[in-house]
Amino acid sequence: MRITKYIITSPESEVLPSDIAMRIYGSQHDINVKETCFGIIINGEEDEVADLIKEIRAMDPTGIFIKDRGFPPGDLRRCRGHRGGGARPGYYMIESESKLLPLISKALASEEKADPGPKETETIQKKRPISIKKLDEIIKEEIS
Amino acid sequence: MAKVIIYPTTSLILADLVDRMGHKALVAPEAVRDRVTNPEIKSPPLNITPEEPKKGLKYAAVDVPSGIRGRMALIGPLIEEADAGIILDDPGVLTGCAGCNRTNELVRLLIKTKGIPVLDLKYPRDDTEARGFVARIKAFLEGLK
Repeated sequence: MRITKYIITSPESEVLPSDIAMRIYGSQHDINVKETCFGIIINGEEDEVADLIKEIRAMDPTGIFIKDRGFPPGDLRRCRGHRGGGARPGYYMIESESKLLPLISKALASEEKADPGPKETETIQKKRPISIKKLDEIIKEEIS
Repeated sequence: MAKVIIYPTTSLILADLVDRMGHKALVAPEAVRDRVTNPEIKSPPLNITPEEPKKGLKYAAVDVPSGIRGRMALIGPLIEEADAGIILDDPGVLTGCAGCNRTNELVRLLIKTKGIPVLDLKYPRDDTEARGFVARIKAFLEGLK
């Protein structure tokens, strides 16, 4: 099933909607992209969109916000080009919440600092095999 | 992963925070999508057919305006599906499927009387409130796992 999502950047994010669009164009995913002034609209198969969202969030984990959209991009029932102009009904809610996104971004960032999750570097170091030099020394010690 | 109904059902911030924290946000656009992309729909370009106010009778009486019953045909099944709810008390600008105050009153009532865990919040106005806002949502959602 094809789904549509809004990807909206916080006004204080350093990532631009065009940056996200370029990332999607360069990816292997079969996704339709529409750039808007506040972010982008993507449309594609559910699995592909889910994978893509993970990649996009990684560009700015606390500054990119995503929500569902019912109508596909460019749908004549919502496209203002076919309705005589004016913002579509859902835009006002996005505009109203966009003003709060910098606050939420900062809160998410401070939440991440307070709770960074499992220390990946430590677990990786624990699981990493010993160096060849060290192995060589152990073998020499054992044999001699 | 719990299914969390959010109010307003079109909120970007709530939908994003719920998804970000590993749960599924139940939102109105999902219900709208089923209706506008279904090729079997009988009355294009309308996404609400005369059947919807009839389905809405499950949630509101027959003398309630059809606009409310039509909206409830979209939002009512989402409430039934929900394992938990997050409600914003001062939702600000609401339009389209979320733009009817009487429907919104009914939605809040049904969520609160369903007997599921519900978190009541207000939009943050400064950094401190925003930190509290995110922390409360995080703690609430972690408690659902």
